[in-house]
Amino acid sequence: MDLRKLKTLIELVENSGIAELEISEGEERVRITRALPPGHHGAAQPPSVAPAALGGPATTVAAETTPVAAEGHVVKSPMVGTFYRAAAPGSGPFVEVGDTVAVGDPLCIIEAMKLMNEIEADQPGVVKAILAENGQAVEYGQPLVVIG
Amino acid sequence: MPIKSAGQLFDKVLIANRGEIALRIQRACRELGIKTVMVHSEADADAKYVRLADESVCIGPPASAQSYLNIPAIISAAEVTDAQAIHPGYGFLSENADFAEKVEKSGFVFIGPRPDTIRLMGDKVNAKVAMAKAGIPCVPGSEGVLPEDTKEIIKIARAVKYPVIIKSAAGGGGRGMRVVHTEAALLSAVSLTRAEAGAAFSNPAVYMEKYLEKPRHIEIQVLADEQKNAVYLFERDCSMQRRHQKIIEEAPAPGIPLRSLTRIGERCADACRKIGYRGAGTFEFLYEDDEFFFIEMNTRIQVEHPVTELITGIDIVQQQIRVAAGQRLAFRQRDVTRRGHAIECRINAEDPYTFVPSPGRITSYHAPGGPGIRVDSHAYHNYFVPPNYDSMVGKVIAFGDTREQAIARMRIALSEMVVEGIKTNIPLHQELLLDDAFLRGGASIHYLEQRMAKRKPTA
Repeated sequence: MDLRKLKTLIELVENSGIAELEISEGEERVRITRALPPGHHGAAQPPSVAPAALGGPATTVAAETTPVAAEGHVVKSPMVGTFYRAAAPGSGPFVEVGDTVAVGDPLCIIEAMKLMNEIEADQPGVVKAILAENGQAVEYGQPLVVIG
Repeated sequence: MPIKSAGQLFDKVLIANRGEIALRIQRACRELGIKTVMVHSEADADAKYVRLADESVCIGPPASAQSYLNIPAIISAAEVTDAQAIHPGYGFLSENADFAEKVEKSGFVFIGPRPDTIRLMGDKVNAKVAMAKAGIPCVPGSEGVLPEDTKEIIKIARAVKYPVIIKSAAGGGGRGMRVVHTEAALLSAVSLTRAEAGAAFSNPAVYMEKYLEKPRHIEIQVLADEQKNAVYLFERDCSMQRRHQKIIEEAPAPGIPLRSLTRIGERCADACRKIGYRGAGTFEFLYEDDEFFFIEMNTRIQVEHPVTELITGIDIVQQQIRVAAGQRLAFRQRDVTRRGHAIECRINAEDPYTFVPSPGRITSYHAPGGPGIRVDSHAYHNYFVPPNYDSMVGKVIAFGDTREQAIARMRIALSEMVVEGIKTNIPLHQELLLDDAFLRGGASIHYLEQRMAKRKPTA
């Protein structure tokens, strides 16, 4: 999908009352979501530490090739730090989407003040989605992994 | 280690606080071209300054212990956002020497004094000893922590002379104190205060002071840099208090001989140089019969700093940031001048008669304005005042060429101010601004409580 088309679609969403627009063209699919008022974080929205401008709703683009609305139990970050998917650089990630996890299985690591903190699954199930990227800064309460 | 470019103070400062002071510090940073990182609890996710920040980081649930007092979370937030410095505001961790130390050990600049200075002034007994050594007059008292021996305690009280006040060494800010009028009540008062201190501050050490009958609370604002320059920014009168909490503050203090103020101001600046003080600070005194008695020093920015800013034209928060970045003070004592009079009213979300806190949604908000009116508040239309923190929702400050003009402007401002949906103490302020003793000036720290004991609600 080319950038000009994407830009037009973004403007369309911005200028209308639409909350969400999903378009598929052949193999490609794009979903554009108008961000909820500041302070709210939806589980499907890619989380970040950047705020919205005062007074005006911001628009974010979630361009994905597969549907993202994952249902299930959201494991949230219990602390501020840096999110890592593996125990060490070079190691394989703890979990991938589709893996089955039991209570107590490590899902990821949050690094804070030079200490690595393992975040464990608090419910059994299948990993439906991983909502943070390796090396991303995360805040308290930020959704990390969805277990369904 | 983050790099500071030449000429720029900091690239990014993390503000480890909430409410009106978080907004105040943010404004100072923005004016200096410094990016701001606001840390906040879940209860403050919708705060005005969070929305205005360059970056914000949620550091915990509403409870202060897990958010604004959570040292690892705050330092971690500084790490992930690459901040250079942390401003602690007032309250919370601002006078926590361990926090200041950890901030520095983690490679950030702590915007405030050195950790050992904070530690010294945090122990109220040691602070008095240090101040006495530096030539600052102190309230006569036990000259140290009270011993266990009950005979000794009785002897000390007889030497100090009743009435006396028992204070917690680790307390401060009006907490952990008890007045004793007779010898019969002394020992139980000491035990009770010790027990409370142990519970509240994890330190049961208490000391004794002479209890002054009609003192005024007069404090001196100081500013010092790392090059041993120190100045005093005149005084503030904060005698209008209820349960040791200030309600109205003003600068300058009415009816005190100028030479007395100059002398004590110079002593404070001198003490700063002697102890190597860094940043902004306040020396608090009780003033009676034209004598000043040191009670404690606050090693942080104070709530009432705006009244000093308005009469001197100096931005104290910006000066804190400059000093922390290693700059020398751009002015000498002789450059510090004052003009006019400023009064501040603390607006609290509480019942004006019972003082029961009144959190909740502000359904209608309108701030006053006009010549000489400054409003420092994080409140806005539809803002939800959370129940988890102190009740102050803002400060209204009035400036005038004279005290009378400042009072007149404050009356008008408060009559214009609208805060609906919650209760506020605006009606109390309006009464006080018509009170004879307040209008005369020079009322003691006991005046307000004595007056309120006689007061009946008008509605």
